[in-house]
Amino acid sequence: MRITQGCFSFLPDLTDEEISAQIEYCLGRGWAIGIEHTDDPHPRATFWEMWGNPMFDLRDAKGVMMELDDCRKANPDTYIRINAFDNTRGFETVTMSFLVSRPAVEPQIIMRRTEVDGRAIRYTHEVAR
Amino acid sequence: MNEMSKTEITDKKKRYAAGVLKYAQMGYWDGDYEPKDTDILALFRITPQEGVDPIEAAAAVAGESSTATWTVVWTDRLTACDQYRAKAYKVEPVPGQPGQYFCYVAYDLILFEEGSIANLTASIIGNVFSFKPLLAARLEDMRLPVAYCKTFKGPPTGIVVERERLNNFGRPLLGATTKPKLGLSGKNYGRVVYEGLKGGLDFMKDDENINSQPFMHWRDRFLYVMEAVNLASARTGEIKGHYLNITAGTMEEMYRRAEFAKQLGSVIVMIDLVIGYTAIQSISEWCRQNDMILHLHRAGHGTYTRQKNHGISFRVIAKWMRLAGVDHIHAGTAVGKLEGDPMTVQGFYNVCRETHNPVDLQRGLFFEQDWADIRKVMPVASGGIHAGQMHQLIDLFGDDVVLQFGGGTIGHPMGIQAGATANRVALESMIKARNEGVDIATEGPEVLRRAAKWCKPLEAALDTWGNISFNYTSTDTSDFVPTASVS
Repeated sequence: MRITQGCFSFLPDLTDEEISAQIEYCLGRGWAIGIEHTDDPHPRATFWEMWGNPMFDLRDAKGVMMELDDCRKANPDTYIRINAFDNTRGFETVTMSFLVSRPAVEPQIIMRRTEVDGRAIRYTHEVAR
Repeated sequence: MNEMSKTEITDKKKRYAAGVLKYAQMGYWDGDYEPKDTDILALFRITPQEGVDPIEAAAAVAGESSTATWTVVWTDRLTACDQYRAKAYKVEPVPGQPGQYFCYVAYDLILFEEGSIANLTASIIGNVFSFKPLLAARLEDMRLPVAYCKTFKGPPTGIVVERERLNNFGRPLLGATTKPKLGLSGKNYGRVVYEGLKGGLDFMKDDENINSQPFMHWRDRFLYVMEAVNLASARTGEIKGHYLNITAGTMEEMYRRAEFAKQLGSVIVMIDLVIGYTAIQSISEWCRQNDMILHLHRAGHGTYTRQKNHGISFRVIAKWMRLAGVDHIHAGTAVGKLEGDPMTVQGFYNVCRETHNPVDLQRGLFFEQDWADIRKVMPVASGGIHAGQMHQLIDLFGDDVVLQFGGGTIGHPMGIQAGATANRVALESMIKARNEGVDIATEGPEVLRRAAKWCKPLEAALDTWGNISFNYTSTDTSDFVPTASVS
């Protein structure tokens, strides 16, 4: 199944040129770019592995694309996302996040039901490997 | 200032002689008054009765919303009464509206209990709107000093934490109200929720009048809806939510419903504005203790916000709600089926989302407002909007907004999932194009047409609604042209 996390997952996968244009947009607004990867796309898997720290001092999309290439080579067949961080007071969080790589075969997410009191159910999700 | 700037009687014997004095003579008008940083400021638009002097009318507003009664009372002299009197300090004719005046009133902070919207409103809008010498009055705007803001906790979650919890960054959130609003059984209702969320929406929503009617008991609704929410999450890998409306006849029942929503793992609950300010503050406190996002539907507001000459501007309600502590608030669409001048609506959004509002007369913001780091409220655009307006909505409101397409999702000719997908594709295409430097205000329709070439549901949506617009004149616009003061 296609995981639709991130802000462009309903569009056809972005080309490198399109990724680069989005990075330019982020850098133009003074946001720092971070690259993260994982094999666990659970909806609540908050902390993906960082491909180094967010690149606070980098002002050129080409540099990010080189890092992304390295990350893709080192982590083939995983999910990779680009995050942009805004450190403006009152925001101070991720301000944009989109997927730039997916595994060839994406895993299923299984919903497990535990029947509890009355008709209530506790739901948990598991990534099928 | 001329000789009109002070008309207060300063001779104490004359001032406190039994009888009736003009409000201005009692000290509720001071054209020389310089508001303190800690004063609460209010701007009223007043329409005095024929023959009533606007300055005396303004003084009466200040008097009736603070210490005055209709006659002189000697017991004032037991108090530091000068400081308890609110002071009207500026009166200006409203541009283009003969007979109407903007009157500015300052209130000392001691007049208000900390952390209570009920107390604030009992003063500011308690009596004065029924006052006979005024034909009509409207509370246009307020400045809430930092010292006062810091007595409120504000939104339990706020925009930043909501996005972190939902793992959703870089685009507006998408929602839809379940339709028809009345009559669906719990099972049928949950079906609509599942289809909308799986198709691409982040949130589905109860409508304001879905509570616990004979056709659908609230527990049934909650159970089926949460099955739908969790299944949609499994099918997409995204965090999904449904605003479970917990509005009920008593606080006890509201807490009961909120607890059940929490047990079932909902990320969000919903209330209606009609439950009242104190109930809102109470449930906000519950949400803060239970990691719950709080959605507020502004049900009923149109009865007092819509007409320019009488009532309360919605920007004031938005300010009160940011203090009272809600995470979402319906704040208008400008382009949809419900009332809203675009600039005025942007003013409401700025009240919800900015850390500091500068004076912005075109958007109806008459005062500078420092929010003292109180969290931001996510505005919700809902009511008669569709995918074909995506470029206008993003251009008007930016990223931090929930766009809710109810009929525009559920009424899609190819089904609810297709309706949701059309909206999501329209949204993501438009954000991507904007970020690439496309001027979406003018080229938006072309962006949508290009996406519709590969996305059939979007093509069908544009064919169905592409030409629908609601071009009616707004009643609530800002009368902002600055003119000379009458005093």
